[in-house]
Amino acid sequence: MAAKAAAAPVAELTGPLATLKEKFGDAIKPGDYEGVVIANDKLIEVATTIRDELGYDYLTNLTGVDYIAQNEMEVVYHVLNTRAGGAPLVFKARTPRDNAAVPSLITVWPGADFQEREVWDLMGIKFEGHPNLKRILMWEGFNGHPLRKDWKEAYYEQDTKPFDSRWPGGHHRRAEDRVAYADNVTYPEDFDPAAYTATADAAVYENFKNAYVDEHGQFLPKEAIEGGNGNGNGKFHEHLETDELVVNLGPQHPSTHGVFRMVVTLDGEKITHLEPVMGYLHRNHEKIGERNTYIQNMPFTDRLDYLSSMSNNFGYALAVEKLMKVTPPERAEYIRIIMAELTRICNHVWAIGFLLNDLGAFFTPALYAIEERELILDLFEAASGSRMMCNYFRFGGVARDLPAGWLEKCRDLVFNRLPKKIDELDYFLSENEIIRARCEGAGVLTGDEAVKYSVAGPVLRASGVAYDVRRAEPYSIYDRFEFDVAVRNHGDVYDRYLIRLDEIRQSIRILQQALKQIPETGEIQAGKKQYSARVPAGQAYGRVEGPKGELGFYVVSDGTANPYRYHIRAPSFINLTALGPMSVNQKIADAVIILGSIDIVLGETDR
Amino acid sequence: MYGSGLIKGMGVTFKHFVESYVEDLRYVFKGGRYNDKYIAVRQGPKAKGIFTVQYPEEKLPVPENFRYIPFLVFDTQKNEDKCTSCGICAKVCPPQCIWIVRTNDPKTNRPVPQPADFHIDATICMSCGLCAEFCPFDAIKMDHDYELSSFERFNTLVFGKERLTKPDTYHAAIHPADWARELQEQEEAAKKEAEKAAAAAAKKAAAAAKPAEAPKPPSAKPAEAAKPAEVAQPEANPAEPPPAQPAS
Repeated sequence: MAAKAAAAPVAELTGPLATLKEKFGDAIKPGDYEGVVIANDKLIEVATTIRDELGYDYLTNLTGVDYIAQNEMEVVYHVLNTRAGGAPLVFKARTPRDNAAVPSLITVWPGADFQEREVWDLMGIKFEGHPNLKRILMWEGFNGHPLRKDWKEAYYEQDTKPFDSRWPGGHHRRAEDRVAYADNVTYPEDFDPAAYTATADAAVYENFKNAYVDEHGQFLPKEAIEGGNGNGNGKFHEHLETDELVVNLGPQHPSTHGVFRMVVTLDGEKITHLEPVMGYLHRNHEKIGERNTYIQNMPFTDRLDYLSSMSNNFGYALAVEKLMKVTPPERAEYIRIIMAELTRICNHVWAIGFLLNDLGAFFTPALYAIEERELILDLFEAASGSRMMCNYFRFGGVARDLPAGWLEKCRDLVFNRLPKKIDELDYFLSENEIIRARCEGAGVLTGDEAVKYSVAGPVLRASGVAYDVRRAEPYSIYDRFEFDVAVRNHGDVYDRYLIRLDEIRQSIRILQQALKQIPETGEIQAGKKQYSARVPAGQAYGRVEGPKGELGFYVVSDGTANPYRYHIRAPSFINLTALGPMSVNQKIADAVIILGSIDIVLGETDR
Repeated sequence: MYGSGLIKGMGVTFKHFVESYVEDLRYVFKGGRYNDKYIAVRQGPKAKGIFTVQYPEEKLPVPENFRYIPFLVFDTQKNEDKCTSCGICAKVCPPQCIWIVRTNDPKTNRPVPQPADFHIDATICMSCGLCAEFCPFDAIKMDHDYELSSFERFNTLVFGKERLTKPDTYHAAIHPADWARELQEQEEAAKKEAEKAAAAAAKKAAAAAKPAEAPKPPSAKPAEAAKPAEVAQPEANPAEPPPAQPAS
């Protein structure tokens, strides 16, 4: 592993961080590059202060970094103020690599639930006090914690790409020939694969038996409930076998939009508890990303949320550009905005169409909706070369200029066709009595809950929280455009449907302005495009308002050609934290549309 | 009225249903709309009626930038591979699916700027196009041929140099704008080279007091400079696509 730069510059403490330092003194130390490091024994106390006194009510990103050279693990938290907007506040906690453990912040921000489980799963950092700390993306029989720097995959070749065997090595070999299929799996010592089926399922069901859950079905630490059993807030599932039924929706179920599983306990048709089980599509995108060079990650980001690859490109480009300190030229900025907003339209028409599928209106609305998507994909293909895997953004610009006639086609679509077609979709569906009967009042999430569970994007805004990264911390050139942050207040499935229509209309508004203002010619790349980007050492969190919510990329560079740490704050994944609470006391059929209204893509959920 | 929303919605469906027939009728005397001629209309911003394309009988036209598995460009003018086995494509390839076998000259034992073999594992290739984008010699380009299914996945889908190499006429046919740019760049480079040579010659001529030594190097240089200019010759017909048409 490349040696880390000897002395990383230490962050200066300003603003709220200075306030913290004043209050807590020695428990707060400045971190490398940005943020503060908080002593583990004070972590919960400081976090509570950050939430209650400084107003950072929303935990957006939680991840770990393995600094193997220092024999230390670091947990990084990014928190937001949803009322005031602005940049995220960064704080960190450190722990030695052996028996790594930090206190869980699930009691301060319940949105930490899945993210802490993910960090435990992939990095092996224990979160003390987490009530349900078990693997989330990997299975129980997985040996080790793959994002640790000393963990190597079955087809391990070299720490970083490019591999020498390709050039100058040269002779083609398949990875499978080097490691025989049967020899590529190892198991933890105490694990017996032959006995797996029973234990794994039992583990999930055991949770239901023994879990302390609040009125929304959210797991609570034992200490949170006095006396343990039935004090009004919590419920103790003691007799699962008497009258409650466990049903698995998925992983092979059309309603789950992929390989995703909801384990549901039912009381009649009513859901008493729902737990999402995921990871069936997991490929450890982040580990692949750390082997890759910076530019090589760009096409991989397409495969996260494969319906909106342009947005993924955008987020990653912003994070790396923050480190490289480059800004794209004017025309490239406009191209980026146009692509990002077209992507949002694509994604939302898809979400609306397939929500109707989930409701039982089999494919007619979906096909009407994705006609428009098809036309937008044609534009993507003409500009980037691919309909879905666009790989169009580069650090400091875009891959290539728009082909001749592209802007005219785009204008034709945006000015003449899309507004009409969105109105038609609205007229077609919004008043439909069946849709209203099914969706109104289903899966209600209040604004407070949405913030609590770190829900992002349309789901957050449908609950009355007007938080949009494009407005809260404008990136690129979003500050030049007039648009409204779409908000709906009921927080039910119907509002989540309506808000997507609203957002499409706002996107068209932005597009119309951008298409009028875009310079007809000009540079599309700042500086010379390099196949090995030089990224100075540092840490950066780049975030965009993706169609599904805040999409963040946390990149740590050690100055070499490959990112030292590459983490994705995946909105599809984190939004699922609220799925359980939203579904409790709903009918089993509504679980399907609640999931549909969150709009997940498994490529991003499982990464 | 309860149910009015439903009826409105059904009205939209009915409109789409009728439109699909009306649109067909409008093209009856133009020979029908289900052919390559009207595919752009059927899939364009003014599309109405039936939107689908009957693949594989009909195929959507692919834009110039469309990218699929890469191919190697063979320079038909110079009768050699454009590839110099510099390895940039192999280094930038995200899934690392490019293997380049370099050659050494048997006599001098020094590397020859032509690959002995060139493998692309199409089962791994993610068609991202980075190799074509960063190739400094325009030697590797993205193909338009996307129908590669085969009955065997281990050997047939590992492409060797023979399978990958295609003539530059094919490249010119599927990438006309890119080809025009290449020609322009070659022309500019040739011009620069000629100017440089001319300047050098003038300098030499001016500096050389003794005429005996002077002639040799300057006469050699313009001859070299003339070569790229020769290569740039086909610029007269860049727009006219060579006969090797891609299946589309």
